[in-house]
Amino acid sequence: MAEAAIELVGINKSFGTVHANRDINLVIERGSILGIVGENGAGKSTLMSILYGFYQADSGEIKVGGKPVSIKTPNDAIALGIGMVHQHFMLVQNFSVIENIILGAEHEALLKRSIANARSELDRLEHEYGLEVDPDAIIEELPVGLQQRVEILKALYRGAEILILDEPTGVLTPAEADHLFRILRQLKEQGKTIVLITHKLREIMAITDTVSVMRQGTVVATRKTSETTVEELAELMVGRRVLLRVEKGEANPAAVKLSVSNLTVKDSRGVTMVKDVSFDVRGGEIVGIAGVAGNGQSELIEAISGIRRAVSGSVLLDGSPIDVTGHADPGELRDRGLAHVPEDRHHVGLVLAFEESENSILGYHDKPQYLKGPFLDIESIRTDAKAKIAKFDIRPPNDRLRTANFSGGNQQKIVLAREMEQDPGVLIVGQPTRGVDVGAIEFIHKQLIAMRDSGKAVLLVSVELDEIRSLSDRILVMFDGRVVGERSPDATEGELGLLMAGVEKLEAAE
Amino acid sequence: MSNPYAKLPAWADYGLIPLINLLVAFFVAGLVVLLVGENPFHAAVILVDGAFGSGQGIAYTLYYATNFIFTGLAVAVAFHCGLFNIGGEGQAYIAGLGVALVALTFDSVLPWWLTFPLAVLGAAAFGALWALIPAYLQAKRGSHIVITTIMFNFIAASIMVYMLVDVLKPRGSMAPQTRQLLEGAQLPKLGWILSEFGLTVRPSAPLNLTFLLALLMAFLVWVLIWRTKLGYEIRTMGFSPKAARYAGISEARIIIITMMISGALAGMMALNPIMGDQYRLSLDFVAGAGFVGIAVALMGRSHPVGIVPAAILFGMLYQGGAELAFEMPNISRDMIVIIQGLVILFAGALEHMFRPWVQAVFASFSPRSVGMNQPKGERA
Repeated sequence: MAEAAIELVGINKSFGTVHANRDINLVIERGSILGIVGENGAGKSTLMSILYGFYQADSGEIKVGGKPVSIKTPNDAIALGIGMVHQHFMLVQNFSVIENIILGAEHEALLKRSIANARSELDRLEHEYGLEVDPDAIIEELPVGLQQRVEILKALYRGAEILILDEPTGVLTPAEADHLFRILRQLKEQGKTIVLITHKLREIMAITDTVSVMRQGTVVATRKTSETTVEELAELMVGRRVLLRVEKGEANPAAVKLSVSNLTVKDSRGVTMVKDVSFDVRGGEIVGIAGVAGNGQSELIEAISGIRRAVSGSVLLDGSPIDVTGHADPGELRDRGLAHVPEDRHHVGLVLAFEESENSILGYHDKPQYLKGPFLDIESIRTDAKAKIAKFDIRPPNDRLRTANFSGGNQQKIVLAREMEQDPGVLIVGQPTRGVDVGAIEFIHKQLIAMRDSGKAVLLVSVELDEIRSLSDRILVMFDGRVVGERSPDATEGELGLLMAGVEKLEAAE
Repeated sequence: MSNPYAKLPAWADYGLIPLINLLVAFFVAGLVVLLVGENPFHAAVILVDGAFGSGQGIAYTLYYATNFIFTGLAVAVAFHCGLFNIGGEGQAYIAGLGVALVALTFDSVLPWWLTFPLAVLGAAAFGALWALIPAYLQAKRGSHIVITTIMFNFIAASIMVYMLVDVLKPRGSMAPQTRQLLEGAQLPKLGWILSEFGLTVRPSAPLNLTFLLALLMAFLVWVLIWRTKLGYEIRTMGFSPKAARYAGISEARIIIITMMISGALAGMMALNPIMGDQYRLSLDFVAGAGFVGIAVALMGRSHPVGIVPAAILFGMLYQGGAELAFEMPNISRDMIVIIQGLVILFAGALEHMFRPWVQAVFASFSPRSVGMNQPKGERA
């Protein structure tokens, strides 16, 4: 066995009585890639936060290079050669790459010399690891893949020998993800140690040497990647057998329920995000819109559901127009049978400070069954909420609990229950399983298929290509505001990936 | 995992934390009293005794509290919609005009119990209209409500000076105030209720019927915010404007309605001094009650159940403070303002200063009470 870069011995961490980490023993070998998988709330992030100095362990020991160390702040971690690439980048958007890299490591009052030093160091790093980035480019002008590279460079510039990456591929195209993996392999060859936190099991299989599975605060298993399977890992994560492929029958497309033509939408900054988009969704089918985040999908569904005003174009719901360029009102659209599960459930789909039952009527709060004159009919609202909790298995089953205290998966179920139980003709779903754990994903997917099978039209937007492929009956790919192609769900990931990256013809690819 | 502290039980949230804040405020105030060379314990005794020690003191305390309940509710309603209404002062001041117009018109023809409801409507209408303009500017033009309501306080003050000096002042009078209101616009005092408990209250004590109106409004605000569809929409907007948009709630409509309700509540404060005590509309009758309302709403956590005691606390500071300034020569009115300022600082601005500490104590003694007993397995 190779030398251990980091050894965690008997780590315990509790928040109140929540035992977030329980007797964790983990050895991270030098020059290897370790994957850590687990559902949300399994304790992955807590463990890494302890390693990076955000939290202190209640008990246990951390050894770096065989020596016991105390890591009280991220600065201690950096001094020990531990670097972290966060899921949400910690970059100053309007600074250049080099300014971001030296940020907090300037060494001198005047920047000029620091920048010059950084430039030569950066040059070396770029060549050594194949991490090309223009040092003078402004961050906000770089695609996310490159921004992530800047994060990695930042860690390396600070002398990181051990690199922790938290959900690094969530924002990347498949091609960008492949490139990231090439970089990680190169880093490994140069003797760096890498810890990859993810919930995507395929990535684990593709790149790691060893994988540790966490469940309910403990490491339930550690396997050599070559000796395990996706199915085994999924089962270990959830603690029971999981259906990874969604089982669904043939679609029976009926009449067109939602028809979008020549829709153009600008975002709040005035940038045209959706350009002349047209498509139909029929009853009894799921149309998936694939694409890397930020290519206009969000604005598209916001315009259709009446939240954002479109610049031009028209939308027909059951044959009659929605005033998308004028006064489309989400409330009115709900009455006409268009339900919307928004991408951002924390700020849009739910009011986190509300009790569960209060969220179970959001948007439907002026339906007569929830009102007695101007007053809310609390009794009927709560009865209704309890019925949804039971039907959608929302846990804990407490309709008076503040919504913020539910896990991500259960919050999503609250939204889905609300929108589906109104029996809409058209359901628009944005990122239905973002931040949702494996067990709940399975449930949500089944519900969406059931919607389809009962003859409803479902428009699905997701950045998870797997989800799009397994649920959709037709796939539209959006790139730079346009629908650049339509494919059947049998299309290969490579083909869709190229479309998502804006490469329209296969020949044009590398 | 991002928030290691869970929610506190309601009694700690609404009772214990404000109490700790208050004790700290009084402790620091005590240090200030010590600094000017007086005995803080003795000062505290005078203050509390002045406010609650006699029937007369209680009547004054509750009279001041009446003002603060109205303005506190006004600020709280706007808070629930995510709006910071700093304009309670101006809204109450202008509402004085509404009260005076009704009272001056009807005091010679109607009995007080007919004038009173009309005056309530007058106060509410004028207060609401004065809040409507900043509300419209916020809703339709995006002008920040904090800025516009502050400016509207100054405009209100100028208008009222003009009205009192040039329009409403009786010919030949030197004072910038209206004529004395007749019996048809004089509200009954409530001092007799205190007398029932064996306390001595002079007939001049200002506690009057408006106090009961204030309590009624506190109840109606609770009903509005937590039991009506409108209140649901207001709260949705306050917590998340994006969620409100998603739910089909019109932002402009809710902002305007909420601010008008807020203005109407602030406006009702004008009834208390004009028809309950002074029997005339005079210059500067609001006397800062609009601003104290902000502190009351903060301290009462924008809930009527918290606002009423918070208003009584500030009423105590007003009444007991006056006694204190009288009894202790080293302590001027300004000292009282300092003490009030400290209460506002600790109860309002530094509201959450002791929260992590209290939560840590709760979590270690009684984890169940902070809702941490949820087993991990439940989080499917």
